[in-house]
Amino acid sequence: MSETTTPHSADDVNTAAGPMLTIDNLTIGIGPRNKVKSIVKGISLTLSPGRVQGLAGESGSGKTVTSLAILGLLPSNAVVGGSIRLGETELVGLPRRQLNDIRGRRIAMIFQDPSSSLHPQLMVGTQLTDHVKRHLKYSGKQARAHAIKLLDRVRVPNPEEALTRYPHQFSGGQRQRIAIAIALACDPVVLLADEPTTALDVTVQAGILHLLRDLADERQLALLLVTHDLGVMSAIADDIAVMRHGEVVESNSRQEIFSHPQHAYTRELLASLPGAAGFQEATE
Amino acid sequence: MSELLEVSDLVIEYHGTSIVRAVDEVSMTIAPGEVVALVGESGCGKSSLARAVVGMEKPRTGSVSYRGSDVPFLGVRRRKAQFTSIQMVFQDPNSSLNPRVRVGQQISEGIRAAVERGDEGSQPEEWLERVGLPTEMASRYSHELSGGQRQRVAIARALAARPALLVADEPISALDASSQASVANMMRRLAFDAGAGLLFISHDLAIVRLIADRTVVMYRGKIVESGVSDLIWNDPMHPYTRALISAIPEPDGKGNLPAAPAAEAPEEWRSSIPEALDRV
Repeated sequence: MSETTTPHSADDVNTAAGPMLTIDNLTIGIGPRNKVKSIVKGISLTLSPGRVQGLAGESGSGKTVTSLAILGLLPSNAVVGGSIRLGETELVGLPRRQLNDIRGRRIAMIFQDPSSSLHPQLMVGTQLTDHVKRHLKYSGKQARAHAIKLLDRVRVPNPEEALTRYPHQFSGGQRQRIAIAIALACDPVVLLADEPTTALDVTVQAGILHLLRDLADERQLALLLVTHDLGVMSAIADDIAVMRHGEVVESNSRQEIFSHPQHAYTRELLASLPGAAGFQEATE
Repeated sequence: MSELLEVSDLVIEYHGTSIVRAVDEVSMTIAPGEVVALVGESGCGKSSLARAVVGMEKPRTGSVSYRGSDVPFLGVRRRKAQFTSIQMVFQDPNSSLNPRVRVGQQISEGIRAAVERGDEGSQPEEWLERVGLPTEMASRYSHELSGGQRQRVAIARALAARPALLVADEPISALDASSQASVANMMRRLAFDAGAGLLFISHDLAIVRLIADRTVVMYRGKIVESGVSDLIWNDPMHPYTRALISAIPEPDGKGNLPAAPAAEAPEEWRSSIPEALDRV
């Protein structure tokens, strides 16, 4: 009844391909011209094909803002400095028209709450084929066949029938699977996932985690996983960066972060986990 | 039997275009000083049950009795003093605190409820200290505080009423990960010190495991498993409980994916296993 639970190895990584996305000294300030509030203060990260890069930290640490900056989705009063490169293309300051060719096509995103990221009044089929027709120039028939294949891959039951249904007719977990299918439709190289399982029940979350890990492996996706949940992080991240107050305080492989945390804040986060050694003292 | 709270054959239904039976013949008890956790997926009826315990939900059939008398449905009138010793902490402190009343005053309202019942009076500052907030906060408004501080204020207000039964519906899910475990632990300690029963509702199973004496697992309106926490966690009997526990990702850095059920809601989760109830 259960999918197997094999630990995946982070060592057999193909680093020869080089990073897919490089964030270099990224700074983000948000606010009116005379009082810009600094949200992200010079962070650097690289995403590589087939690897899951985790971004951990508390609310307000700047993790979501960082992922939004990659797609140029920040509010208009945001000031972005530093560099975000997709291959050779610099994304910071890229004109909107060129950015539109990258959004959804080369870089896709899934959000915490699939009921707000899916359009409630459009059939699933429409939401799964619109961007495919635009980006990949598929015909209606091709796009439909493609959509069925995708829904099947993300394990939405009865894909053909699902195309003609609306998001509210699905459970939360199925909705997130549909959102993932939409994100993958144009075969992106980078997938940004911002708290993708936080709104889901734990049994449903487990299924989504399996799916994300499998997709990263089989499609050689570079996946950025933003989450505050260290259990989720431990399950699928290869590398983890810990953010606090807009800075990356520590960045290392998953094993190192969990077994030899260097920064005091990382140690504090791990110590706050229920059942962690020192948890009792920390609460007294 | 000196139970503090006794829920028997409780049924709660919502009548809309179709009838939804949120709670389906549920029975459970809480003794003084006992921490009972209620777990289950969203929509399983755990919040409806909690709301019925404090009188915010009308039972269709069945009963909720507190110290031997039925909990009346909350109306616009003031509750009878004997029921003000049931207090509740909600998930979102923004909606449970009054934005126009200073923190200290809100806690005083709790204190007044205790005094009117003939219990000992106290100062708001004492309660702030107990939940780990500086006493200066008494003069602040809730919007000046962070989410975590607000939830601590909501807990302080509930405790100031010296409850004999504290019902907490997802009290920690709005908090940052690093303070969830410590706030849960604090609630347990404070309820225990006061000799109060605590009904703690959460979907965070890792935390529930640490603080609850007994655990009640709900699935689609029914209790599928209940009993001593250690028994349920170490040796779950019901297929749903098993799936629930093995789906928790372990934060050990080993890269193990948690077991995922084959389907989103296998039929066997609905099965009823009498031996899985009231395990001791």
